[in-house]
Amino acid sequence: MSINNHNTHILPKFEYYSPKNIEEACKILSELPEDSKILAGGTDLIPKMKEGVLKPKNIINIKQIQGLSGIQEKDNCIIIGANTKIRDIEKNLIIQKKADILHQATKKIGSVQIRNIATIGGNICNASPAADGVAALIALNAEISIIGVKKKKTIKLEAFFKGPGKTILNKEEILTEIKFPVPEPGSYGYYCKLGRVSLDLATVSLAVQLKMVDEKVENIIIVSGSVAPTPLRLYNIENLCINKKITNDLIDEVAEKISREIKPISDTRASADYRYLAIKGLAKEAFSQILEKSRGTR
Amino acid sequence: MIFELNGKNVSFEAIPSLTLLDLLRNEFGLTSVKKGCDQGECGACTVLLDGMPVNSCLILSPQVEGKRVTTIDGLSENPLMIELRDAFMENGAVQCGFCTPGMLLSSYSLLRDNRNPTEEEVKMAIEGNICRCTGYVKIIEAVLDAAVRIGPD
Repeated sequence: MSINNHNTHILPKFEYYSPKNIEEACKILSELPEDSKILAGGTDLIPKMKEGVLKPKNIINIKQIQGLSGIQEKDNCIIIGANTKIRDIEKNLIIQKKADILHQATKKIGSVQIRNIATIGGNICNASPAADGVAALIALNAEISIIGVKKKKTIKLEAFFKGPGKTILNKEEILTEIKFPVPEPGSYGYYCKLGRVSLDLATVSLAVQLKMVDEKVENIIIVSGSVAPTPLRLYNIENLCINKKITNDLIDEVAEKISREIKPISDTRASADYRYLAIKGLAKEAFSQILEKSRGTR
Repeated sequence: MIFELNGKNVSFEAIPSLTLLDLLRNEFGLTSVKKGCDQGECGACTVLLDGMPVNSCLILSPQVEGKRVTTIDGLSENPLMIELRDAFMENGAVQCGFCTPGMLLSSYSLLRDNRNPTEEEVKMAIEGNICRCTGYVKIIEAVLDAAVRIGPD
């Protein structure tokens, strides 16, 4: 019987690798067996190893690799390196000014201490359906770049997830950057989540990013977290809003119909029934806040 | 491996499965860094890594190579920390004291970057520090009092 089955907080034994660059990291990953884990911030991996939930034989630290972090605006897109700390995104003025929804979401991740080590790449690759940063990034129509031993690819962030903790990443691949178009003038975003206390993982979350032209919704992305095995886009609700003015009637209709679009389970954080009800409240909050913002009353 | 601990370069044997928390307590005797939950929830193990508060229980010791680690011991002569410490004592912000080193470092980091925080900003800064005595009201009052003591610049 392994001592680590008893949540002793003792880290199980592992081999530690600290590659100097991304090519070396991919090569190490390709040569190691499947039970290897990439370490970036470690705010999810280390507790899971201490609890004995994960027992990787090999840890590949990518934190020291140069050129994987930073935020820049280029060709009307915002590009964020995968190793960028959540706290740096939260404090970044480009993000605050141009992608407020991501600022709102990063502020709601863990504590200051967690945000100072956790990375956006880790928030994505953990593939938690509750990830705050992920919901906001999907709402911003983000793409991610993945690098492997020989090839590089770019995919839509929403296509990255296969289930809780599962992604399409092959074992030798590393997420390198996240990129999304700068929201056009007339765009508004809102991110909200429910948890017991502020540090909690989201029990239910909702991200709404939309663009209005002549007060009508021209395009919109709605993403909900913790209501399905992966972050969930609510296409039917998006279609319901297209070309409409945001009125109290529309908000009521969205709240009425939104529960049908989610597939929550009951778990330690909440029952499915609670989530069906709670999402209505979040929908009302998000759309009302966006309406207020668009009227310039905030 | 070498890193800067409280202003001095120190060398250590980097054992990957040793956390920064255990390294500081067991190898360097810095027991002001408390071991609470050991899972990144309670903030008792808070240290400053390159000046920013982090949970030392979540950092593997080789990851601090070349970095700057500060505990309250390294700030004992620091004017801002002295004001904070006095404010904590005079406002009754210390009960059992277990969360205090972490609270002080989180508050220090806040006041260093923002000398006139609102109550809300104080709460945000210490949201990662749990006080089992639940003495939050006094702690928040102490941080706000320290901000008044240090003045606007």
